Amino acid sequence: MDAHIQIKNLNAYYDDIQALKDVNIELPRKQITVIMGPSGCGKTTLLKTFNRFLELTDKTSITGEVLIDGQNIYERDIDVTEVRKRVGLLAQRPFPLPMSIYENVAYGMHIHRMKNNRNEYRKAVRHYLEVAGLYDEVKTRLTNPATSLSIGQQQRLCLARGLAVEPEIILGDEPTSALDPVSSQHIEGRLLGLKEQYTIVIVTHTLRQAKRLADYVIYMYMGEVVESGPAKEVFNNPKQERTRAYLEGQF
Amino acid sequence: MDRQAIPVLTESQKMEGRKFRPSLTSRRKQDQTAGRVLFAVTLLPIALVTLITIGLAARFWPILKVYSFWDLVSGTVWKPQDGLFGFWPFISGTFWVTIVGAGLAIPPCILTALYLSEYARQSTRAIMKPLLDLLAAIPSVVYGVWGVIAIVPLVEKNIAPFFEKYLGFVPIFVSKNPTGYSILSGGIVLAVMIAPFIIAVTYEVLMTVSEGLRQASLAVGATQWQTIRSIILKQTMPGIIAAVVLGATRALGETMAVLMVVGNVPQVPRSIFDTAYPLPALIANNYGEMMSIPLYDAALLGAAFILLVIILIFNIASTLVLQRMLGKRWV
Ligand SMILES: Nc1ncnc2c1ncn2[C@@H]1O[C@H](COP(=O)(O)OP(=O)(O)O)[C@@H](O)[C@H]1O
Ligand SMILES: [Mg+2]
Repeated sequence: MDAHIQIKNLNAYYDDIQALKDVNIELPRKQITVIMGPSGCGKTTLLKTFNRFLELTDKTSITGEVLIDGQNIYERDIDVTEVRKRVGLLAQRPFPLPMSIYENVAYGMHIHRMKNNRNEYRKAVRHYLEVAGLYDEVKTRLTNPATSLSIGQQQRLCLARGLAVEPEIILGDEPTSALDPVSSQHIEGRLLGLKEQYTIVIVTHTLRQAKRLADYVIYMYMGEVVESGPAKEVFNNPKQERTRAYLEGQF
Repeated sequence: MDRQAIPVLTESQKMEGRKFRPSLTSRRKQDQTAGRVLFAVTLLPIALVTLITIGLAARFWPILKVYSFWDLVSGTVWKPQDGLFGFWPFISGTFWVTIVGAGLAIPPCILTALYLSEYARQSTRAIMKPLLDLLAAIPSVVYGVWGVIAIVPLVEKNIAPFFEKYLGFVPIFVSKNPTGYSILSGGIVLAVMIAPFIIAVTYEVLMTVSEGLRQASLAVGATQWQTIRSIILKQTMPGIIAAVVLGATRALGETMAVLMVVGNVPQVPRSIFDTAYPLPALIANNYGEMMSIPLYDAALLGAAFILLVIILIFNIASTLVLQRMLGKRWV
């Protein structure tokens, strides 16, 4: 397997609570990896180690390695902002920045000075709004505040904002859990379309969504990775009893 | 019929079918009375402010029959013996000291609040916050003494000569006053006094920004400082302005510490090194003395009335803004 992300001997702690226990996994490039498991098993924590978000919480610590293309992102002199630029995040619910729709998408590009002039920015904003499937709905009101959009539209805007800084990896922490079914479907469709170009890692607690999206599956329980592998194998023929129990809906 | 056969009824079964008792049992009455008393006590401060305002206006009235309000407010000469009651030196003095004080306080206060809300660890916060609150508990007169002992000489010997030498061409930095008793001294003392308050309110305002919003910015690779500048400050600007204005209203009314260091000469200031005579100092220094001078009483209480109205306006405006921003957190 062509692994984009490799996790080696990863342990994560909130103060003295251990939330991840000796995690060793590999995530395939340009596929959708779905992380499943019951609530509180450490899915969010694992995801937060991929873009160094765990350190935003007080008193957290980790040991082990998270390698992206073979490089440990926890190495001493790594620029954390570059890690986060290359590993985008779609949060559990949308947080539009307090600015216009246009500025939301341009925000990260401005920060990294990715374009040379206004026209290039304008083109890029349009492009990423199209990729996120939002452009047609907002093209006449790009200067309106982003908060004027519906929740579903806001989440697609957040997707466009994340894509605009040209990440290689997209993380999603239950990105549809705050959305209505139609909006959820919309986001799922976008994610499926994006996997040609991006490595995508999605946390979900709904088995059905996992089955719709997953190429590769990681099943976690109580801070441990119980099983990981290609979706077909894990769904049809789980090796571990605990995975089987979860898939059969015993949780 | 055999009475013995009748089963024993419980209290509530005996009540069955009866009407509920009217609510004016003694317990209920007690409750009502307590509610009313508490409500009345709560209303007391509001009533008091209203009564004081009306009372001051009434005592102000006699002088308004002789001079127009505008003449009083814009008059620059204060010679009560000669019947000259110009408030302008005091009003402008009040604003000079307040603006210098707030101006000095704003940058360090906002930076401190940002540090506490954005950078400090929980444990640092737990130590720093009570310490800052402690600063607010120091009595005004102590700050005044500190001003006289430390700040006035500093302004006289170091700051004023320095500005005279390098920035003497800027009118507001010209120093003709040989003492350190000046607007700047008053401003410095005020700044220190209102700082804990501005920090505390600004901190509350910053804490209204959701963690998710901060993370939304960090997630695209923004630094913490970029996040502060373009997201957090933008989102909270109205609240921060209100916090500063609310701090400034405290400065407007602050009497003791300022009175001790501003010199108290009734002239219209031109420079931060001039003496000033703010309204609160005027009232505190003079009320009760020389009251035989005609209209003197009306003039002083007029000054108090003007001060009160200015403070009420700023206070209510900024409180409204903060209430909208902080919602339930603002108690
Ligand atoms: N901020 C925190 N402080 C302390 N413990 C936490 C914190 N966040 C999560 N945890 C603990 O870490 C474990 C894993 O949580 P999380 O990764 O959020 O699980 P999931 O996303 O799978 O529901 C849980 O036991 C939770 O109680
Ligand atoms: Mg979670």
